[in-house]
Amino acid sequence: MAKVSIPTPLRPNTGGQATVEAAGSTVGEVLADLVRLHPDLQKRLFAGEGQLHQYVNVYLNDEDIRFMDELKTPVKETDEVGIIPAIAGG
Amino acid sequence: MSSEFVRGLKCRLCGKLYPKEALNFCTEDFGPLEVDYDYEAIGRSLSREAVERRHRTMWRYKELLPIDGEPTVGLQVGCTPLVKATRLAEALGVRELYIKNDAVNYPTLSFKDRVVAVALSKAVELGFDTVGCASTGNLAGSVAANAAAAGLEAYVLIPDDLEQGKVLGATIYGAKVVAISGNYDKVNRLCSQIAFRFGWGFVNVNLRPFYAEGSKSMGFEIAEDLGWRAPDHVVAPMAGGSLIGKLYKAFKELEGLGWIDPVRTRMFGAQATGCNPITNTIKTDAPRVKPVRDPRTIAKSLAIGDPADGFFASKLMKETGGWGEDVDDEAIVDAMKLLAETEGIWAETAGGVTLAVTKKLIEQGKIDRDGTTVVCITGNGLKTQEAVIDRIARPPVINPTLAEFETLIGTSAPAEAELAPAGA
Repeated sequence: MAKVSIPTPLRPNTGGQATVEAAGSTVGEVLADLVRLHPDLQKRLFAGEGQLHQYVNVYLNDEDIRFMDELKTPVKETDEVGIIPAIAGG
Repeated sequence: MSSEFVRGLKCRLCGKLYPKEALNFCTEDFGPLEVDYDYEAIGRSLSREAVERRHRTMWRYKELLPIDGEPTVGLQVGCTPLVKATRLAEALGVRELYIKNDAVNYPTLSFKDRVVAVALSKAVELGFDTVGCASTGNLAGSVAANAAAAGLEAYVLIPDDLEQGKVLGATIYGAKVVAISGNYDKVNRLCSQIAFRFGWGFVNVNLRPFYAEGSKSMGFEIAEDLGWRAPDHVVAPMAGGSLIGKLYKAFKELEGLGWIDPVRTRMFGAQATGCNPITNTIKTDAPRVKPVRDPRTIAKSLAIGDPADGFFASKLMKETGGWGEDVDDEAIVDAMKLLAETEGIWAETAGGVTLAVTKKLIEQGKIDRDGTTVVCITGNGLKTQEAVIDRIARPPVINPTLAEFETLIGTSAPAEAELAPAGA
């Protein structure tokens, strides 16, 4: 099971949990499992079927998935998936 | 002045409303939040004449800035010179050119003092006693200095490869400066986590909707100093992509109040080729901004690979009939020298980017040579000396004799001439 870290503003949708364990062999599968466990996250994270909102950044360990294989990026059991709001900085 | 002018925050994507709180994104769709004003109320209580009677600081436009009471931080910021750049205009072959010179903004010599003045005044209103930022350099110094003056504790996070002048220029004020191994985007991500974990007021994270509005003051000043009109073209540097949008928003707000004629300004954005996610978006007509993984440019203040407002910036440039361009390090230094030699203004590397791009856009015919162009200089060359030190000739050393001086300049003074001292 990979660990998914939940940003503070989304914790009301995960019963207050800061990290959630979710299963899958790719980032997309892990996020799908996360949404299965906490259905309220579906429209928070996804604009449509398998399409993340423009301002949701997802990291595998310390790497932005846009620099890898996006949602198809493979995930190992020990990996951490991070969800970070993109609107910051500058 | 009271809170009646600011209704709250509003998501730019879905329009969901939020109260005035330290939150930078919509919890529905992660979209950016923007300050929601009651422009009718502002129009009823403010006039051009009232503005003109006030002190020459950015706060002469306070009703159009998102604080509820009187400002408490950065009271002297803004109203920097709008320089009519005649010699530079001649060098570039254009009719009318102005430099908006935030290289001499108070107190830390960059446009960031504007956004920080708003963000920290708001932080005080919201009851924060610890503030912070993720910075490419100028913001670090500005947060550190303005927080020191306001008696706030400050955490300043920077990439570990910043210019010495910018690191010193934050540390001197007693801020807790932390250098992060990695580029700005990594710093930014960590700050997003810290801000919510510790409940601090990070100016460009959870205070960002308020902070970003501070840049409008630069646009208000440009329009006022041009005799209450918006220019034909504005060229602005782009890092996170926020400034260019706020300059335009400023013109549109003045238009909405009926203070200036309908805005026809074309907005042009400037980046370094080594970090060009926004100009690349407009040049390739891409639907989304593709982040740059590993920015490499001497314009470190613009080295943001994943710009938060990149999408809006590229949309704005297209919609206003403007464009975006990028330039390499050599062109950046050449433009810094050109600005210094023609107008006596020493800009930091980002200013070199902006001017080099201006030159390129004029040559491409994208900027009309007969229009009024304003070039935004956002930071001071004193802070980025490393970038030019090897490109500038060292002064010759001579002995203190007239003969050696005459040899050096290749001429001798007229014999027997009793030259009167200058100014006599």
